[in-house]
Amino acid sequence: MLKFALAGNPNSGKTTLFNTLTGSTAHVGNWPGVTVDKKEGVYKKCGEPISIIDLPGIYSLSPYTPEEIISRNYILDEKPDCVINIVDATNLERNLYLTTQLMEIDVPVIVALNMMDEVTRCGGKIDAAKLEKKLGIPVAEVSALKGAGIKVLMDKAYAASKTPRKGSTVLKDSALAHLINDVKIALAGSGKVDNPLFHAVKLVEMDSLEVEAHKELVQMIDDFKAIFTDNTFGADFEAIVADSRYQYISKNFSCVLTKPTKAEGALTKSDKVDRVLTHKWWGIPIFLVILFAVFHLTFSEDLLYLGAMGAIPETFVSLEGTFYEGMFGAGSIHSPGVILFNFLDSSMGGVSEALAGAMEGAVADWATGLVVDGVLGGLFAVLSFLPQILLLFLFFSILEDSGYMARVAFILDRIFRRFGLSGRAFMPMIMGFGCSIPAMINTRTLADSNERTATIRVIPFFSCGAKLPILTAIAGAIVMNFGVGNADIITYSMYVLGIATAIVTVLLMRNTTMRGEVPPFIMELPAYHAPQFKNLMLHLWDKLKHFVKKAFTIILASTIVIWFVSHFSWGWNYLPDAAINESILAGLGQFVQPLFTPLGFGSQLNAWGWVFVVAAVTGLIAKENVIATFGTLAACITAGFAADEALEGIDSVVQMITATGITVPALLAFIAFNMTTIPCFAAVATAKAELNDKKKYHATLLFWIVTSYVVGTIIYVIGSWWWTSFLFAAAIALAVFLIIRNNKHRKCPFRKYKKGV
Amino acid sequence: MLKSLDLFVPGEAGIIKAVSGEGKIRRRLFDMGVTPGAAVTLRKTAPLGDPIEVTIRGYELTLRKAEAAYITMEVRGNA
Repeated sequence: MLKFALAGNPNSGKTTLFNTLTGSTAHVGNWPGVTVDKKEGVYKKCGEPISIIDLPGIYSLSPYTPEEIISRNYILDEKPDCVINIVDATNLERNLYLTTQLMEIDVPVIVALNMMDEVTRCGGKIDAAKLEKKLGIPVAEVSALKGAGIKVLMDKAYAASKTPRKGSTVLKDSALAHLINDVKIALAGSGKVDNPLFHAVKLVEMDSLEVEAHKELVQMIDDFKAIFTDNTFGADFEAIVADSRYQYISKNFSCVLTKPTKAEGALTKSDKVDRVLTHKWWGIPIFLVILFAVFHLTFSEDLLYLGAMGAIPETFVSLEGTFYEGMFGAGSIHSPGVILFNFLDSSMGGVSEALAGAMEGAVADWATGLVVDGVLGGLFAVLSFLPQILLLFLFFSILEDSGYMARVAFILDRIFRRFGLSGRAFMPMIMGFGCSIPAMINTRTLADSNERTATIRVIPFFSCGAKLPILTAIAGAIVMNFGVGNADIITYSMYVLGIATAIVTVLLMRNTTMRGEVPPFIMELPAYHAPQFKNLMLHLWDKLKHFVKKAFTIILASTIVIWFVSHFSWGWNYLPDAAINESILAGLGQFVQPLFTPLGFGSQLNAWGWVFVVAAVTGLIAKENVIATFGTLAACITAGFAADEALEGIDSVVQMITATGITVPALLAFIAFNMTTIPCFAAVATAKAELNDKKKYHATLLFWIVTSYVVGTIIYVIGSWWWTSFLFAAAIALAVFLIIRNNKHRKCPFRKYKKGV
Repeated sequence: MLKSLDLFVPGEAGIIKAVSGEGKIRRRLFDMGVTPGAAVTLRKTAPLGDPIEVTIRGYELTLRKAEAAYITMEVRGNA
């Protein structure tokens, strides 16, 4: 099959073009792993099916960010039959910079000139025919969004792929043209190097990867450097090359582009929106309000604060027992997230009950137990949280698509710098609230390796969707059982605790094991635009598929395993629910249990105490398992006390509390432990791939274990004996003092900025 | 008149004369189109005073004052 690669700047409409080309019928798969985060799909409307590969968005083929290296290696090593370079017509100059680099590779290249409609709308004009002639490679006008010009583009690309192409460079007029040519001849002469022109240019730029690969030719460049003089740049070849490219672009393509005759200083719509959102005084408050609104719409059980104000009586609308009962709480209106949650939860509860009724008596007791408590109990406990996870994801997608997230990085950079990170790290962290896996992959946009490592390590502390059930179920149970606090507030403060842990640990890392300069912050701020409905739905669909697939594979499998090990003894005899304390699972749990004594869910609990340990351990497979395990085990424990119907979420935790005698501080410590400990399998595998360094990976695992243990202990001990807070404060003060003393003569991340250096 | 970009005030415009600084940062600046000869207008500073937002080669770029200090500008007046 022919392979066409899509390459281009971030925000040039690459992914939209990819979706338009491959359509919904395409197989869209993400490869996890270091080498690739490229999507692949199939275009079928040409003579033969063509595989389309969507490469990460890049500005250049320099070796500085992992994304640039991925794209570069893909084109050089996998040798696609054609590279479709998508160029944002509204930003011609900077986009063509990448084109001039792609052209140097021996591969057919075609330019897809995107967003032409936008240029026309602003009164501009680009002469595509002239551009084609100047560049010497085919150019096709497209609108990726509307799907216009796609056929022409693909026909041209198909034609281009049939004729091999030799790289060409725009550096022919540069002062370095001779040197590049000499190096190219030397490389080609060795006979081992493909793409001699591309490598020659990169070698002349003293690109680190090339210098490593062709040490023997470095002398040649150094010799040339010794006799070379240039008024502006001295012998800085990297600068000369970059400058020559831009010189060439502005010299040759200003005639292609007729700029709109907009009055200077006139404000576009985007400018007006920007003025408000990044306002000197209002920028930060607006951000906080938006963030709060997102969480409120997803999780609140009191959307308009009617309940808190007591505006309507508790019995105003209850609709108890009807289909609509999930819409209203006691005297309050639920948020869309909670409404959807309730609908799904009650309908799945119905299915589960109906099935239990049908199976009762018809099949063996253990079979009913396995299906209803083991499989459905675990699965439904997890699936019912799907609406809230999707809603949260939808809000973040809207914020990202509109261009607001980039502004948030701009607003918050100053704060992030204090912790030794850049504003860019904001994006992966906030994505962590959805799921750690895409968040960790997103750290590829961070150029600095220390910053990447630190960010990957703290991403799990931004409590993901799968951890949400732990929070809501336990918080709800605390309120129900002990009658203290407010479930909303407990949930929010646990989120805040996660963020605080992230801040403290990043500070700690940057001052001890990961000293170094604050990474630079140089980022494009894309124009605001209304989010595309189709794009949002595609994002959601991807997420939904991923989640449901996970529920029916890994979570299903582990609930079945849990059920079996909790219903069989070491002698492999089937145990009824009431005898669960003699099971394999109980034996294993009791063995590890003492370790968790400082966190409040260890030896101090009575006979059933091991369930918390077991739940936490099953959480390592997938965090949804924690509550799923509670669901499965609570059904057994209650059977040991008094027979009751199947239990879900909050109820199962309440049962656990009565059975084990666990205290509130211990429950909070349990939440904190699960939030900050080693994330799920999938996230660990992603972290391993992204870190791509065994030592760092092991250190990261240790970091998660230690952090969760320490945080859990602090919460439990202070929560149980308030006066110990003085001891902890003293210990922290001592640690801070030692670190500061130790760092006195070292280079620390807090680079001082002095005016006009 | 020459001055570094970090000393610009919102609305001020100029032409880049030179870009100094350490390898990686400098390369990044080049790749983003911050090369001698390019016209730059300072749009605004962030709410906390840093980073800054500039218009260059027809798009918006944000960078910190610490990085902007590497960029020497020839002032061309207020827009």
